[in-house]
Amino acid sequence: MKILVCISKSPDTTSKIAFTEGNTKFDENGVQYIVNPYDEWYALVRACELQETQGAHVTTITVGTATDDPIIRKALAIGANDAVRINSEARDAYFVAAQIADYAKNNGYDLVLTGKETIDYNGSQVGGMIAELMDAPFVSLATRLEVNGNTVSLDREIAGGLEEVEASLPLVVSCAKGMAEQRIPNMRGIMAARTKPLNLIDPISATELTQFASYELPPAKSACVMLSTDEMDKLVELLHSEAKVI
Amino acid sequence: MSVLVYVDSFSGKISKNQFEAVYYGSKIGSVTVITAGNTSDDVLAKLGTHGASKVLRDSSITTFDAQQITRLIANAATELGAKTIVISHDITGKSVAPRLSARLKAGFASGATALPNGDQVRVNVFSGKAMALVNLKTEIKVISVLPNSLKPQANGDSCGVENYNGNAGAAGITVKAVKKPEGAIPLPEAELVVSAGRGLKGPENWGIVTDLAEALGAATACSRPVSDIGWRPHHEHVGQTGVAIRPNLYIAAGISGAIQHLAGVNGSKTIVVINTDAEAPFFKAADYGVIGDAFEVLPKLTEAVKKFKAAH
Ligand SMILES: Cc1cc2nc3c(=O)[nH]c(=O)nc-3n(C[C@H](O)[C@H](O)[C@H](O)COP(=O)(O)OP(=O)(O)OC[C@H]3O[C@@H](n4cnc5c(N)ncnc54)[C@H](O)[C@@H]3O)c2cc1C
Ligand SMILES: Nc1ncnc2c1ncn2[C@@H]1O[C@H](COP(=O)(O)O)[C@@H](O)[C@H]1O
Repeated sequence: MKILVCISKSPDTTSKIAFTEGNTKFDENGVQYIVNPYDEWYALVRACELQETQGAHVTTITVGTATDDPIIRKALAIGANDAVRINSEARDAYFVAAQIADYAKNNGYDLVLTGKETIDYNGSQVGGMIAELMDAPFVSLATRLEVNGNTVSLDREIAGGLEEVEASLPLVVSCAKGMAEQRIPNMRGIMAARTKPLNLIDPISATELTQFASYELPPAKSACVMLSTDEMDKLVELLHSEAKVI
Repeated sequence: MSVLVYVDSFSGKISKNQFEAVYYGSKIGSVTVITAGNTSDDVLAKLGTHGASKVLRDSSITTFDAQQITRLIANAATELGAKTIVISHDITGKSVAPRLSARLKAGFASGATALPNGDQVRVNVFSGKAMALVNLKTEIKVISVLPNSLKPQANGDSCGVENYNGNAGAAGITVKAVKKPEGAIPLPEAELVVSAGRGLKGPENWGIVTDLAEALGAATACSRPVSDIGWRPHHEHVGQTGVAIRPNLYIAAGISGAIQHLAGVNGSKTIVVINTDAEAPFFKAADYGVIGDAFEVLPKLTEAVKKFKAAH
């Protein structure tokens, strides 16, 4: 089995969010990039488990520039066999999905795993788009994944609960919490990652369907109204008459 | 202009966020609803009250498969000449809308928080820490609407319901079983949420949280460490790496208010924070704050809510 894990970078969760160039660009000043947590903690670790238990070959794929190489090395340290970087800016979700779908189809990958969403643009877009472009089924927000020959058994989130589903390969899955446990790369992994292959590939041409025009920060919150522990009736009254939420 | 709205009705009921998506569509043009499953005419006809002029139902599809539903919507959109396709940004929408965008080569605004302005749609980015205007550069557009973004209003009569064959082909996924906790209010759709963190000390103490939730008719949520240690189920974990919610009311007890937690809840209309530590960062994001012990405050608040409910 060949598994392709889609790895994207995202700003560290404590990053200060600010914009430059007339609010048209994310201000990267002082921002630390990490592997998008969903991609790392769930998609990649589950793929590595399948490598260990079933001999799957795990490749990571990233659409990005050389600035993404450190996060790709981290993914290799966690355990992927090799990595591919499509050498281009990630221009929009469709552009990214077109690159990954093309690579997956032409290189015989059976299982494509993505994270649930990137924590910067939060689109939850790329996985579904890859599936459509591969004409493959898509299980989104999966919290469990077992492979048995050509059959895949999964749990997926539905409103207020879980649904157990089955599909056959090829398949695209977006991974959510529950799928696997976060792993800290060990020294051996980090050393090995230095010499694992990271293949650069030129992008195929694909049109962009969208463009981020400008950004805005939410308005500042007004000061908090403090109440004492004996004023719960008053709190309920305020929630009713002032906030109008109950 | 012809607008197509996909409504998920597999449960036999229409949830609030589906009405919201129909209402959103009706502010753009004339809405046809497409749905799958066996929901009754009576229930579907009610979508007319929120602006649908007609409902098309494909009863040959009985379980959810994103691939099949995408074909259904795409075929209906092509047949009707719909230029805008609207879908709720719920669990279903998140898997269908991107497929649809790729299939139709249609620009996609994921998680819209307001009506479009020309080709521009406002969406949340950076886990709610910022907003962006996204340009949809294509003639056909797909918009998924973040639940609780508009206040849907009933403004019409019920509408007609027609059976429709969308030639959606076979499903690639078989549903084996549903593991759904009974009676729980789905968190992403809840208007009122009571949430608690490590300050509650242990799972055995959650009764004071669920009592308040029950008195309010609220859903329950928790911070990440609480679900990581297994005090509460994973689907209750809110924040940047959990579920992002934007209810009308979010009550947080014994949660410090770390930046990653706030990222998932800062879209809430009103936030109430209960914490023993006056310096807890959460107070900076709160509308109402109580410095005090959750073990004392929560039961008192529950009593006050019950008293209020009895009087109203
Ligand atoms: C990459 C990354 C992603 C993360 N994603 C998330 C996420 O999605 N969601 C999330 O929640 N966290 C997330 N975290 C973790 C986050 O940083 C915090 O560690 C976490 O939110 C803290 O949870 P807590 O507030 O329940 O616990 P604590 O930080 O331990 O706070 C407990 C609070 O309870 C108060 N308290 C104690 N006793 C009482 C009492 N009797 N009555 C009232 N108050 C009391 C204390 O004063 C304190 O403020 C993430 C972290 C990282 C690094
Ligand atoms: N530039 C990228 N390169 C590789 N994978 C990506 C990229 N962007 C997004 N993904 C994958 O798609 C998932 C969903 O991303 P998004 O649609 O941006 O929320 C992520 O969790 C990644 O697994």
